[in-house]
Amino acid sequence: MPNVSTNEFRSGLKLIIDGDPCSIIENEFVKPGKGQAFVRARFRNLRSGRVVERTFKSGESVEAADVLEVSLQYLYNDGDLFHFMDEQTFEQHAADAGAVGDASRWLKEQDVCAITLWNGTPIVVNPPNFVTLEITETEPGVRGDTASGATKPATVETGAVIKVPLFVEQGELVRIDTRTGEYVSRARE
Amino acid sequence: MSASFPPRRVVMRMHERASEPASGRAGCDWRPSAGIDALRLRARLLRAARAYFDAQGVMEVETPALGAATVTDPSIESLRANGRTGRSWYLQTSPEFAMKRLLAAGSGSIYQITRAFRDGERGRHHNIEFSILEWYRVGFDHHRLIDDVDALLDRILGSRPSSRLTFREAFLRHLDLDPLTATTVELHDACESRGFASRAASATRDECLDHLLAAAVQPALGPGRVYLLDFPASQAALARIRNGPPEVAERFELYIDGIEVANGYHELRDAGELHGRMRRDIETRRCGGRPAPAVDARLLAAHEAGLPACAGVAVGFDRLVMLAGGYRALREVLAFPEDAA
Repeated sequence: MPNVSTNEFRSGLKLIIDGDPCSIIENEFVKPGKGQAFVRARFRNLRSGRVVERTFKSGESVEAADVLEVSLQYLYNDGDLFHFMDEQTFEQHAADAGAVGDASRWLKEQDVCAITLWNGTPIVVNPPNFVTLEITETEPGVRGDTASGATKPATVETGAVIKVPLFVEQGELVRIDTRTGEYVSRARE
Repeated sequence: MSASFPPRRVVMRMHERASEPASGRAGCDWRPSAGIDALRLRARLLRAARAYFDAQGVMEVETPALGAATVTDPSIESLRANGRTGRSWYLQTSPEFAMKRLLAAGSGSIYQITRAFRDGERGRHHNIEFSILEWYRVGFDHHRLIDDVDALLDRILGSRPSSRLTFREAFLRHLDLDPLTATTVELHDACESRGFASRAASATRDECLDHLLAAAVQPALGPGRVYLLDFPASQAALARIRNGPPEVAERFELYIDGIEVANGYHELRDAGELHGRMRRDIETRRCGGRPAPAVDARLLAAHEAGLPACAGVAVGFDRLVMLAGGYRALREVLAFPEDAA
């Protein structure tokens, strides 16, 4: 990738810092009275999510990161890698467990995920904010109990265990907020 | 911010932008970025500064903003203005050279409040054009000039205590590093442990010191007025160098609440030494493949004719207004900063 001068720094710009792809959160021009001008920037490491701060001489060049945010459809897991497909080009991308992380709890075939590609390889996989999954295992429901607020554990088709209200039955579809991992409502396909 | 003036920064969402008429000026942001209260404060401080110098018998002068020559300092970039005849001028980066020619011509102590221009300087505490309050006191050294700066600040901002700290003491205190004797390895190590890959950036010794000053010393200076003085000889700019050991430049910077506000010198008078420093600046610029302006022949001639013994200082007036009003960014005290000018 080409190098980018500090003069072109702006938030959202993707650069390689310490070998990892990072995104500029904010940058500031710093200049001691008579001396060299610097650019102080805060970055988010796109792999670890950690925030780092770095200073550059004004005009210094930094390697740009080939980072792309794309929407890809989840196809299947071959036991090792998770396979995704671009619905327009049918191009396929394989993500390892490190890139998928916790998203694997919610990945259902054909759902569309927001994926960060670095040099064409997925490094971050975000599931849809809401997914609809089938309950594969839970204690028999307590009919009519829609008011007590009590919950019970339930396993969904992806293997994740969530808390559901007592009235929810095995075989039913439920809507889940993947950001919190919480049950939202019953759902119909 | 002003209570009587609507805030300029209105959060605009994409759909609001899209609904604006394409040809209209409804979305054109014409309002000042400073509140009227901030502008009123600026006007009051300008009046107070002029009253101070008037009472001191220091004469106000005006010198050109467009000059045939400019500063050679490698860390300052000049802007140029082009005329129809093909002639071009530099926009002044400070009124220093013209004021020194007046001093050499026998003006006595003088001050000026003017606009200066520096290319590429843009940030929370920088704007491409800014107001400088610059003055020279004939017969003063930098210590007496610091007293003078303090008296001016007492007069226009109210009386406050101040302290003086040498550059060396400040580094020893806040970094446990002697800036005058530290090895290059020690300086690079200190930079790299503070987020600046100085070796990869092939930073010079002075660039390492600049980073450490900005990243570690400046934030540790604390609230109030601190005068940092006796800079390394390599950072003398146009200050006299006092023979050592250690050899130091009779230069000072004023920090208020950790923000640099003023830079002053016990002025270098020797024309040969001045010429030598300018040639070194030009050499540094050429090595870096950057534009290298010629030396200012008229300034050199004035030095040869004789600059009186004097000390001079430039105060960033916008920053002073910002600090006086408790604002956090220059754009809160500038009517129209660069992106709104």
